[in-house]
This record gives sequence, C-alpha cells and structure tokens, in this order.
Amino acid sequence: MKVEGQDWFYTPEVKKHFMTPIKFLKDEKEIKNFNGHGKVGNMKCGDMMEMWIKVDKDKIKDVRWRTFGCASAIASTSMLAEMLIEKGGMTLDKAKKLSGKDIMDRLGGLPAIKIHCSVLGDQALREAIKDYEAKL
Amino acid sequence: MKKEIYLDFASTTPVRKESLKEALPYFEEKFGNPSSFHSTGLIAKNAMKNARKTIAKILNCEDSEIIFTGSGTESINLAIKGIALKTMLENKAKGECGASGTFITQKTEHHAVLETMNWLKKFGFEIIELEVNEEGIVDLNELRKILGKQNQEGKKVLLVSIMYANNEIGTIQPITEIAQIVHEHKTLLHTDACQGAEYLSLDTKKLGIDMLTLNGSKVYAFKGSGLLYKKKGVTIEALIHGGGHEGGLRAGTENIPAIVALAKSLQLAEKEKVKESARLTKLRNYFISKVQKEIPRTVLNGSLKQRLPNNVNISFEGVEGESILLRLNENGIRVSTGSACTSQSLEPSHVILALGRPHELAHASIRFTLGKSTTKQQLDYTIKELKETIKFLRMISSAWNEKKYTLNHKDVKK
Repeated sequence: MKVEGQDWFYTPEVKKHFMTPIKFLKDEKEIKNFNGHGKVGNMKCGDMMEMWIKVDKDKIKDVRWRTFGCASAIASTSMLAEMLIEKGGMTLDKAKKLSGKDIMDRLGGLPAIKIHCSVLGDQALREAIKDYEAKL
Repeated sequence: MKKEIYLDFASTTPVRKESLKEALPYFEEKFGNPSSFHSTGLIAKNAMKNARKTIAKILNCEDSEIIFTGSGTESINLAIKGIALKTMLENKAKGECGASGTFITQKTEHHAVLETMNWLKKFGFEIIELEVNEEGIVDLNELRKILGKQNQEGKKVLLVSIMYANNEIGTIQPITEIAQIVHEHKTLLHTDACQGAEYLSLDTKKLGIDMLTLNGSKVYAFKGSGLLYKKKGVTIEALIHGGGHEGGLRAGTENIPAIVALAKSLQLAEKEKVKESARLTKLRNYFISKVQKEIPRTVLNGSLKQRLPNNVNISFEGVEGESILLRLNENGIRVSTGSACTSQSLEPSHVILALGRPHELAHASIRFTLGKSTTKQQLDYTIKELKETIKFLRMISSAWNEKKYTLNHKDVKK
C-alpha cells in the first residue's frame, strides 16, 4: 500500500539508523577490546543505553553500544557511534562537548516528545569517557 | 508491492462493503434533512427510522431508547456528564450545592471514561476507580463492598460505568453480575460496549444495563458515528443544544449515511457473530500458542478465558514496543503498543500497569487485533517476522541477557 504524503514517522536518517544500525555489540567477547564503559537510563522509563569506547591517543577509535528503547533511541545511539568514529575518530575533548542536540541535528531532527532519547546517547558517552579516565 | 497485514482492528475497522453500499445513496440522491417537512426530508427520516428499528431489535430495546451520537467517546461523555448535569440541576432545585454524589468506574477503562470522570472531580463529584485482578477483571466483592459503604455513609452513587470488554487486552467483564449488584444498590450501570459489539450479545435486557455505548468505527461502519442506548426512565441532561434532535438529547442534523451504515453493520455482525467469533477464537489461540512456542520469554496480558475472540496482547521481555511496531510496520504488519513512546505522555499503558505488571512489561507490550480479513497465512507470516524482529532487537538491547532474566516476573513464559 502506497502511503500518501510523509512516508514515515521519523526522518529518513532516523529510519536508516533504526532499521540498519551500526556498531552495536554483537558478541560480548568483544567487550575486552574496549577501555571505557558507560550505562544510563532505566527500563522503567523505557530507555536504557550502554556504550563501550576504545580510546587510543586521546581519540575514540572504536565504539560499541546496546540500547533498549524506541526507534529514536536506537537510531540516536547508532548515529552517535557514526559521529564518534568517522574521520579517524573523535578527540576526547570534542566528545565531551558533544550534546544531544548535535546528535539530533545529524538525524534531521526528532519529534519534541522524543528528544530525551538522544539526550541519553551523549550521557552514555560521557559515562564511558569518565570510566576510561578513571582507569588512567 | 509489499503486502499489508492489518492486525489493528481494535483501533479501527474498514467500512464493510454492504454497509457502504447502503449508505451511499444518502450522500447524493437521498441527501435530505430528516427534520424537513417535505418528501426529500421524509426519505431521510424514514431511513433513520428504519435504522433505529434495526438497531433496537439487536439491542432488544425500544426505538426511542437509542440516541445517535458522533462517536463512542461522545456517547460516553453524554452518559456520564448527562447524569452529572442532571444531578447538579436536581440539587440546585432543592437549594443544595450543585455537585454531590459518587461515580464508580475501574482502572482499565478507556480514557473517554477516565478523563470524563477526572474532569467531573473538579466540580466536586467523588470518583472511585475499582482495582482489577491480574487478568483485568473487576472484583465483584470489592464493588459490592464499595457500594454498600457508600449507602452506609449516606452518599449517593450516581452511576457505575464499567466496560463490556477492554480495548487493549480484550478482557470481558461479567456485566450481567455487575448489573445485578449495581441494581441491588439502587443505582445505574453504563457500559462501554465499543469493543465487544462485534462478538458479544448486545441484548440490553439480558445484560440488565441502563446505558450502553457503541461506536461505528469498531464495527465496520463509519468513523464519526456512535450511539448511546439509554433505558426509558433514566434521565440525563443534553450536552449539545439546538434543534431538539434525538429526543432533545443530541442536537444537530443527523448523519444519515453513518446511521444507515451503523445499522447495517450491526445487523450483519449479529448474524455472523457466532461463526465469526468461533473462527477468530481458533485463530487467536493458534497465534498465542505459536508465539509462545517460537519466541522465549513472553507474557500474555489479560485473560485466556474471558477474552475477546480477536484480541492478543503480549509483552516481549527485553525489547521496547515502539521498536517492534515500527520494524513490523516496515514488513507490512500493522499492530499497536502500550509503550510510552507512542503515547503523548511518557507513561506506558495504564491498562497493563493496572494488571500489576511492571513498567518494563508495559513498555514491551504489543497488541495484535484480528478481524474479518485475517487469515492463518497472515498470522504465520506475522509470527515469522515477529520472531526475526524480537531476535534482532534483543541482540542490540541493553535490557536483554540470554542467560539471565532481566525480569523476575512470575508470568514470564520460559
């Protein structure tokens, strides 16, 4: 059935990252390759995100994540992963300044009620960086 | 072209061909206003009269006991606010303060009932919401107790409103018993029968109810149509004033095509009820048991026995409902969810929560509602896609651990 007008509830970018997300943790054996870990949210609210980062010379070289949540929560975590590792990896300084709005902008926007989903992504990242720095 | 499998009939139904065909002439050549005092008007008036007669026969009531409305929600508002306004007028006549008395309902009602009652609180009416058990059924003893206590305290219970069958989990309430208890305590019972109309008896005498709500868009008739059955002798005030239509209780030129379609749909539903209910019950049970067999750690929400033939509501541990819904949608399968993510609030389904389920399971609930066009093939395809979807979403979920239960809930099926 052809849908008239807008074809989806979210932007094409959200749809892409929701339907074919990248850099999620497939196998728990991979965890040992990462040196920072963060987890935020809770199941009661319906959103929970977990992130693993691999930092090398102050740059995030690789990342994995797991998310329990709605389409925008999944898409924003996947998009965050893309933003972190593109162009050879984001510096920790830049990553610390990354905001929920930055992720949302890259997704082409989110409905107002969904904004907290993308905000969780940058929080999980910050927790992971904190964890990495604490281990230094 | 991707095929569409619509499993959201509790949300709305298509208009059935027979009803559309009956209604079409009343848009063009028989377009008259039933209030007009000429032949064109008379044609419309007769059509409405016949439709009312047809419906009255199904409801086992008099023609004059049917009030056509613009929706199920409007019908519910008319029943509840109609009683509230009448009470306020009566109290005023006695020189008393306007709003006094109690309305009783239960936790899993549709928002049309809950929000209307919530609004009436502002005026000073007392509202009591009964708890339900884990299958979503009202506790009759609690109802008896509360009604008795109200009597003892000299408080007047103005109306009890309890739905016939629930829209989310399909739980059927013991309406006949409820009606008996309500009447023993000398008060009135309204029931929202929107979801049950297609499958359950609508005999108002046998059910023993005082007011009943139906909605066209759930019974293969038009959206924007509905009715309130109001037993003779029950008095309410109107909400919409004007030309005195519908016995002075709902002004506005009647929507003749919608009324004609509603009558036709209800008539056909009555004829097909037994057979279609049996067919869907079989499909429903097949679907539930196959999902439980193919997908580990699921929870069936609602009752297995006291359940509408077309309703399935299942929570999938470790995954969120909107994600399931949208991935199924991509494969042409239309369902709905009790997750907060598709509501305008950040709260998940009040119905699933009322069953005593944790928030996690309310977020993870999916409703599949079957209908006339549902086939076993469609359900098999749905299970196949559902299995893939759950597997994928669990793989990327931070709330899923294959070896460890993230939820310690007794209802989680292994």
